[in-house]
Amino acid sequence: MTKKLVGKVTDIDTRGSRTFIVNDMEIALFRLSDGEVLAVENKCPHKGGALSEGMVCGTKVHCPLHDWKIDLHSGVAMDPDKGCINTFEVEVDPNSGSIYVTI
Amino acid sequence: MTAARKKLVLVGNGMAGVRMIEHLLKLNPEGYEITIFGSEPYPNYNRIMLSSVLAGGAKMNEIIINDLEWYHSQGIKLHMGHTVISIDSERRKVYSDKGIVAPYDELILATGSNPFMLSIPGADKEGVIAFRDIKDCQMMQKTAESFKKAIVIGAGLLGLEAARGLLHLGMEVTVVHIHDYIMERQLDEAASIMLRRELEAQGMRFLLHKQSEAILGKKRVKGLLFTDGSTADADLIVMAVGIKPNVELAKKSGVQINRGIIVNDYMETNIPGIFALGECAEHRGIAYGLVAPLYEQGAVLAKRLAGVKVEGYTGSVTSTKLKVSGVDVFSAGQFAEPAGSRSLRYQDEIEGVYKKLVIQDDVLIGAVLFGDTGDGAGLFSIIKNKESVKGREKELLLGISADVLSSTQGNRLEAMPDDEIICGCNGVSKGTIAEAIGSGGCNSVGQIKACTKASASCGGCKPLVEGLLQLYAGDSVTVVKEGICGCTTLNRDEIVSEIKRMKLMTVKEVMNVLEWGQEEGCAKCRPSLNYYLGMLWPEDYVDEKESRYTNERYHANIQKDGTYSVVPRIYGGVTSPSELKKIAEVAEKFDVPMVKFTGGQRLDLLGVKKEDLPKMWEELDMPSGHAYGKTLRTVKTCVGSTFCRFGTQDSISMGITLEKQFERLNTPGKVKLAVSGCPRNCAEATIKDFGVVAIDGGWELHIGGNGGVHVRATDLLCVVKTEDEVVEWASAFLQYYREEAGWNERTAHWVERVGVDSIKKALESREERLALKGRIETVLSRTTDPWKQIINESELRKNFETIT
Repeated sequence: MTKKLVGKVTDIDTRGSRTFIVNDMEIALFRLSDGEVLAVENKCPHKGGALSEGMVCGTKVHCPLHDWKIDLHSGVAMDPDKGCINTFEVEVDPNSGSIYVTI
Repeated sequence: MTAARKKLVLVGNGMAGVRMIEHLLKLNPEGYEITIFGSEPYPNYNRIMLSSVLAGGAKMNEIIINDLEWYHSQGIKLHMGHTVISIDSERRKVYSDKGIVAPYDELILATGSNPFMLSIPGADKEGVIAFRDIKDCQMMQKTAESFKKAIVIGAGLLGLEAARGLLHLGMEVTVVHIHDYIMERQLDEAASIMLRRELEAQGMRFLLHKQSEAILGKKRVKGLLFTDGSTADADLIVMAVGIKPNVELAKKSGVQINRGIIVNDYMETNIPGIFALGECAEHRGIAYGLVAPLYEQGAVLAKRLAGVKVEGYTGSVTSTKLKVSGVDVFSAGQFAEPAGSRSLRYQDEIEGVYKKLVIQDDVLIGAVLFGDTGDGAGLFSIIKNKESVKGREKELLLGISADVLSSTQGNRLEAMPDDEIICGCNGVSKGTIAEAIGSGGCNSVGQIKACTKASASCGGCKPLVEGLLQLYAGDSVTVVKEGICGCTTLNRDEIVSEIKRMKLMTVKEVMNVLEWGQEEGCAKCRPSLNYYLGMLWPEDYVDEKESRYTNERYHANIQKDGTYSVVPRIYGGVTSPSELKKIAEVAEKFDVPMVKFTGGQRLDLLGVKKEDLPKMWEELDMPSGHAYGKTLRTVKTCVGSTFCRFGTQDSISMGITLEKQFERLNTPGKVKLAVSGCPRNCAEATIKDFGVVAIDGGWELHIGGNGGVHVRATDLLCVVKTEDEVVEWASAFLQYYREEAGWNERTAHWVERVGVDSIKKALESREERLALKGRIETVLSRTTDPWKQIINESELRKNFETIT
């Protein structure tokens, strides 16, 4: 497990996302309306859709391919769909706004 | 450029004032330096949600509308916990109780109202409160921890909501009312009695026809004495007998008042530079205590301050709803049957449903609903529109019965094998749906959708799902009024009319005011609200890109592997060798795996990596083809009279003219056009949203065609003679579609739904066509090419790159 500096909060639009790749895995960072930053594996459990491109509603993201709804805190797909993706711990330095993700 | 900003001071940090400021910032962000004073130590919160907080439905921090970060980011100076104590209208300055002096050019008084407290002996005892702000809410919560008995004086809207909250907190609650029946200002006696019974079943007790004389107890309240000599015990007394406009500050400062601060149609008081709005204001003799009127007032004032032309405020028709769990009550307009009116009633004591409509001269003037308030918003809009309801009175009273499916379809569905797929998008079989209805207990289409995903995507199989529901659930089917998505029960027309009425300006505001079930909505309602707001306020609304679908945010089509496809604009399908060369070179340079002609005669570069998109657009240096949006896609053309021996007119130049005219137009669904040069119709114009077919000496105009899932040939709209007329009719048709259709509703469905005759009728007068054309031109004049914009703005371009 390593803690990695990936950027600043201001690099991500509110209700938007940015991605990065670590060990061949693409991770999506989301910034919610209340400023919270969350990191999940950028792969919908259904057909691998890029969640980073989806619409963010509250704490959930809608997959752009078939509208699966994934909770960004838990990585769990909402009913009636079933599935789960990896989530990663995120820390934001309140002074500098730097984002650290533990992978 | 840096003309000094005018100073705007707002007294009152509540819903009316801050909402007006939000509106003003959108209309004229640079115009004012804004200072806000608020007596309460909180940022702007949603006061109507206080009853939900008390009833346990919402947390305190969830009802904040604008947090402190918002004030900061808008450059607003906020003095929380400061009460303005005087105004010097000569020198244009206000003074706060904590010694702050703020000069102003324009001053807005939005001081709201105070609860009306009965001035009976003992009213100053500990444990006697109102129900008005967060402080009162907290006091009730605290009292419930150590005391048992509560009395609420007043069985109006507010009193009953307070009483329900106190019940939730575990107190024994008695509601005292001076009148014989409760909520008499909103309900007639029949509805009132049904409501009382329901509330009694929830544990509330009522003492009706009782007038309070004195509050008993030494230091803390012990009980209440009535004028008839009887008493009731109480550890807490909540007075909810009404509100009075807070006019103290205005009165002291020489502003003219009556019951509230007197304002004209532009919210101006008698003193220049001082305005008032919301619950503290009195307009044409009325001081409103509801949210809708104050939003309407705010919209007028914001425009006035922004220097935008605006018609004055002329007053509001209001409706009320009781926010008490398990009880649905709705009331609007004049429910008390004034002389000369007729009324229709429906009363079902078993189901607990009561409906009453009051009609005068064939116009609906009032409605009371109890138990089933689903029709409330619809009835309210009929009351406001003052339209004639002649001949459909019963339909309005009883609601429109759901389409009963024919028995032949029932038989066919019954015979269908279990493994047959009903929903092709999500692969849901008949058996799965039957099981969801049977053992799953689903008894509405919405539940089946939530449970199995059937009809959750394109919706094409919805009639079959309804049929299965009828077949397997039979009598236990509940017809649930379906809103535009699961977040609301309001349909498209209701939402659009509420946005217009309250001049709602943002997606968030719509959700807030119309009480959305999900705080930030879903992938269905967000894009539709974004569309409706843009359609209604083309000049003021700022498009919300985060509420757009992926393709429209990245201006390219997302493919299943996360790559994108790029379609440059090629007007009328006509290109040149040099343009082709450029496209070929760019395709080679970026290793585009496939180049393909689209169905609309354009070139599609498929399989492009997201990070390459801006660079590709830059090198192509061509406008975006909008092949990804709910917008004008292409105008397909045939060769026409330019080369073809049969061509009667120049279809190519007609096609190019139309494509240039409507390029970048936002529409409810995607829009495709085609122009054929002769009736042989080589451009297949009769399966397009708007098709033009040249004939000798004129043009046939066709509408509502579709070559997609459900193929539909167009209906003939009319025949015209000149090219200008083609543009005029196309403009009028497209704008009428933009204004009337639901989001995501293609013209084919829309034309079928409303009927081609209604469209012909709407476009019949030249005056109306030109008005529609004028409106579409306003919209079109404000569009920009998204590709160019992204190339030029690093803030937008960053989203195409990885973060590290």
